[in-house]
Amino acid sequence: MSVSKEQVKHVAKLSRLEFDEKSMEDFTKKFSSVINYVDKLKKVDTDGVKPTYHPHVSIKNVMREDEVKESLKRKEIMKNAPDSENGYIKIPKVLD
Amino acid sequence: MELFKLTIHELRDELNKRELTSEELVKNFFNRIEETEEDIKSFLLLDKENAIEEAKKIDEKRDKGENLGDLAGIPVAIKDNISTKGLKTTCGSKILNNYIAPYDATVIKNLREAGAIIVGKTNLDEFAMGSSTENSAFHTTRNPWDLERVPGGSSGGSAAAVSSYQVPFSLGSSTGGSVRQPAAFCGVVGLKPTYGLLSRYGLVAFASSLDQIGPLTRDVEDCAIVMNTLASHDKLDSTSVEVEKVDYTRNLKKDIKGLKIGVPKEYMGEGINKEVREKIEESIEIFKNLGAEVEEMSLPHSEYGLETYYILAPSEASSNLARFDGVRYGNRVENYDSVEELFTKTRSEGFGEEVKRRIMIGTYCLSSGYYDAYYNKAQRVRTLIKEDFEKAFDKYDVIISPTTPSTAFKIGEKNDNPLEMYLSDVLTVSVNVAGVPAISIPCGISKGMPVGLQIIGKAFDESKILNVAYNFEQKLKFNETPKFGGVK
Repeated sequence: MSVSKEQVKHVAKLSRLEFDEKSMEDFTKKFSSVINYVDKLKKVDTDGVKPTYHPHVSIKNVMREDEVKESLKRKEIMKNAPDSENGYIKIPKVLD
Repeated sequence: MELFKLTIHELRDELNKRELTSEELVKNFFNRIEETEEDIKSFLLLDKENAIEEAKKIDEKRDKGENLGDLAGIPVAIKDNISTKGLKTTCGSKILNNYIAPYDATVIKNLREAGAIIVGKTNLDEFAMGSSTENSAFHTTRNPWDLERVPGGSSGGSAAAVSSYQVPFSLGSSTGGSVRQPAAFCGVVGLKPTYGLLSRYGLVAFASSLDQIGPLTRDVEDCAIVMNTLASHDKLDSTSVEVEKVDYTRNLKKDIKGLKIGVPKEYMGEGINKEVREKIEESIEIFKNLGAEVEEMSLPHSEYGLETYYILAPSEASSNLARFDGVRYGNRVENYDSVEELFTKTRSEGFGEEVKRRIMIGTYCLSSGYYDAYYNKAQRVRTLIKEDFEKAFDKYDVIISPTTPSTAFKIGEKNDNPLEMYLSDVLTVSVNVAGVPAISIPCGISKGMPVGLQIIGKAFDESKILNVAYNFEQKLKFNETPKFGGVK
């Protein structure tokens, strides 16, 4: 199955990525070749086979008490924030 | 004596005999790094000042007769996708080139408690996506056996650092082969532990159901020693499994008479380079001489391992890498008019081509209308791959194969063709998909480059594969060293 440029643009939008027209051509070609390759799986008979989402099926939900514990220091965390004000992370206005 | 050539267990003896101090040792390794780094480029960051400070503290403790950890005073290099408090953790990406980890990964905490000295952070393919370090946003690491060739990846910096004697051991991480493949390419020992044996807390996630941290060392005994420190149940990683603490050095030296070894015919067929296959055939003879029974067998679904992997890993990656949006950490573009634009521009400028490709493949495979055909299908095939291994381990103690289809390729040879690059992981990915452990150890030289032998075991049977690897290593006596650096 080959993937069209339009489809790639749609997936890019979902991924919050953008490509200029020049790199789009090459990217679509390579993207298509990988999708073609993994398409081979379609011929494997998996009727009645359960999916494995995790290597060890014995793992169960891990629960704990909701206790207050010391966490990372806010000041330390904020050092990595690209933009902040009064201890809050700053982004452009979301609602009008 | 060239100290930097010694293994962990040899260095430990020297330190215990008080023949040298940790400070001298660390300085010795930094000299070696300074001599070689311009050519090899294993590191993204070096932390000499702190390393020497830490070494002095270890020496003081030793002088006072205090109890010292298993790795007291031994230098280590850390792949730069593992969080190290106070040090940059870039994942080889522009998007994180100013990010300083505010906490230690659990494996780092374990290493520090054991007294290991962190000398720096090693190069990798961006977010561990790649097989050569050519996808690093910063530079390509070179193979110490031939500077024109790649060290493998994604833990290429960690493998090259051990191979060129810059450190006695290092940490890498494996999602599809990123510890074993570079170990094979650089002629060192690399272990991918059972999924869940080591904590992933603090490892920047690529594909959460496949990722495991693993050690790279010069010999098998060192691998066992380091595993004793690394393996731990961790409440901070809910996928970490609670198993009884094992001393991996305990059964290391037992003989392997009567051991049953399977050789999957799918791993020895076409696509495997002739010289590589010959080395594995020679290895099989060594195992027979050691008293093991070796038999050809089949892992019928392994031919779908790579396809399964290239749906599952990008799918999980597309979700994991959504966190890099320029809001809480990492770089943010300068000009944007809306939040939407902030996200899109930051990610488009911050990520390299391969990372974008994998995010896109994953998003595609998970998108409405394709989810069942790709993601769900791959999870079903994963069950079949896992069952292949389970059936095999009913009959065999371990499975052996080449680690890679060929030896290290030339820089630039494959980086314009993603599929060709992906194929270098064809013999390692199924192990991650099934969650079982596997080690790569050197088994010979082909045209001047090392060849890796892969030994796969059943889940949580690291002791067995280390025991098998140790016996092989002692019999083979691999004593070739990289051409580079004049270490003879």
